[in-house]
Amino acid sequence: MSVVPSPLTHERLETATERHQIGQRGRRRLGQVTAYLLLILGGIVMMVPFVWLVSSSLKSPEDIFLMPPQWIPAHPRWSNYEEVMSKLPFLTYLKNTLIIAFGALAGQLLTSTVCAFSFARLRWPGRDPIFAVLLATIMVPYTVTLIPTFILFKHFGWLDTFLPLIVPYWFGGGPFYVFLLRQFFRTIPMELDESARLDGASSWRIFSEIVLPLSKPAIAVVAVFGFLSHWNDFFGPLVYLNSPGHRTLALGLAALQGLAWGRDMTHLVMAVSVIMVAPIIVLFFFAQRTFIEGIVLTGIKG
Amino acid sequence: MSAVDRTIRPADSERRAAKRRRRGGVWRRQAIDGYLFAAPAILGLLIFTAYPVIYTFYLSFTDYNIIKSPKWIGFANYREMIFEDHLFHESLIRTLYFSALSIPLTLGVSLIVAILLNQRIWGIAFFRTIWYLPALVPAAAAAALWRWLLNSDFGLINNYLLDLGLPAPAWLSQPKFTIPSLAMISLWTGLGSTMLIFLAGLQGVPTHLYEAAEIDGASWWNRLWDITIPMMSPVIFFNLILGIIGSFQAFTVVYLLYTPTGSGSAGPSDSGLLYLVYLYRNAFQYFRVGYAAALSWVLFLIIMGLTFIMFRTQNRWVYYETEAS
Repeated sequence: MSVVPSPLTHERLETATERHQIGQRGRRRLGQVTAYLLLILGGIVMMVPFVWLVSSSLKSPEDIFLMPPQWIPAHPRWSNYEEVMSKLPFLTYLKNTLIIAFGALAGQLLTSTVCAFSFARLRWPGRDPIFAVLLATIMVPYTVTLIPTFILFKHFGWLDTFLPLIVPYWFGGGPFYVFLLRQFFRTIPMELDESARLDGASSWRIFSEIVLPLSKPAIAVVAVFGFLSHWNDFFGPLVYLNSPGHRTLALGLAALQGLAWGRDMTHLVMAVSVIMVAPIIVLFFFAQRTFIEGIVLTGIKG
Repeated sequence: MSAVDRTIRPADSERRAAKRRRRGGVWRRQAIDGYLFAAPAILGLLIFTAYPVIYTFYLSFTDYNIIKSPKWIGFANYREMIFEDHLFHESLIRTLYFSALSIPLTLGVSLIVAILLNQRIWGIAFFRTIWYLPALVPAAAAAALWRWLLNSDFGLINNYLLDLGLPAPAWLSQPKFTIPSLAMISLWTGLGSTMLIFLAGLQGVPTHLYEAAEIDGASWWNRLWDITIPMMSPVIFFNLILGIIGSFQAFTVVYLLYTPTGSGSAGPSDSGLLYLVYLYRNAFQYFRVGYAAALSWVLFLIIMGLTFIMFRTQNRWVYYETEAS
């Protein structure tokens, strides 16, 4: 380990400080090595389940139980993916999941931006108290609203349709996103709205031509996290969807695990899990910054 | 002069009135727009939150099975819960046990990892990604994957435990391992986002504090204990509240981890019967909707109560920088 002498060290008086600095640098170097080791070892532990997931998804029902475990399957079975998509109805489940996710997300994006614009940039009596109440509802656990909402949708005849999983998101898209967007919209200078209004612009034009184009990062956060929450949702589909043809990927995965066909389905369960995980990881690599900002802003946990 | 005055004044005030009227119009126009634009959120608040919360409260005092109309029974549901229903007690205690195990574990590990990842060392972006990735796995897939990893005969975990000469427990079939298994899974899935929130907080800690401490010869441990933890206490507090709310609503992983052994199963001898799983059973399997409503109100009160206590006591252990200056 070589220590580069600092420019001051040729003065004799500095040697004590120098020695101190060397000690400190040595300790820092040691600390860095320890940090690297911990990061690498822990990182491996975190990644092992992923590698095992992909590896298991490419095995035959026989190879999957081989001991000791094969990390790289001798004969990778890509047909596992084909099997779940064509012989099992997972293509339909994927389609259902996408219809729900995009149907709900569209409503979420449209209404949360419009509502946040109203709370951030329009003046109307009662605005701030109503916003405070809206914000307070973040605290309400979803189970408290679940039963009456279920009964309501039952009255509408919406059970076993996608509507209960889509329509509620057309009503503001969740208080959290309204809050997040409102905070962002408030950072845009109000003078822009005022001068546009003097020029006779309507609220809608101010919204769509001034505020929206300036808010792309915040909207991206809502889009990414909204999509994730619908893609990952298990509880909602479990409560509202019954017939096999209406299942989402998450429900289908659960059903596949519950099947007892006299043969083990683990390899197929793993293939479906990969299908559920892969798009999100791809999305993550495309929108890494949005993800990280979003988590820091929202505190949303997996 | 006065004549001029007289001729100007009416015109002037008229103009001013017109202006006022116009501005009043602008304000009214804006107020109408405001209500229109906020209407979805306000309607949503009324239809999907306010009405259901109140209706659940009403249902909690009734006997109701969705088919027949609700019958008022007063406090009977709550009385049953407190004095008779041992499953309610067990599920509540089990949920507390799960929280007590998983929250300190996740917060502790996440904070250490965040500190390690908050360094200017080579490849840090790569490490951050690696440590964050498991947080992206949907709960349904995480449950499936972990069911396979924890398999007692062919699972990867037991395979390596045996290689190391350690005992290989029956993770999924022995009741005493159920909650520890769940805590382990929740560490894997929860670490990423908790760590990121910590990391954001760490970047807000002024570096001059560390520099000053280093000049004073403070050790790594001193710096952690006397600078990082106090400066991070608001973030720790935030993550703690999120952790409590999350662990009381844990459902999907436990539900899916054991579903293959029977629909709605909560593990061997119901050892994974967390509060929400019990609530779900009452509502959608036993159709004891009134009782489930009471259970969900109790959950609501517990979450509100815990959050309230945390906020009331935070002065004692949360350090906000502004207080010092």
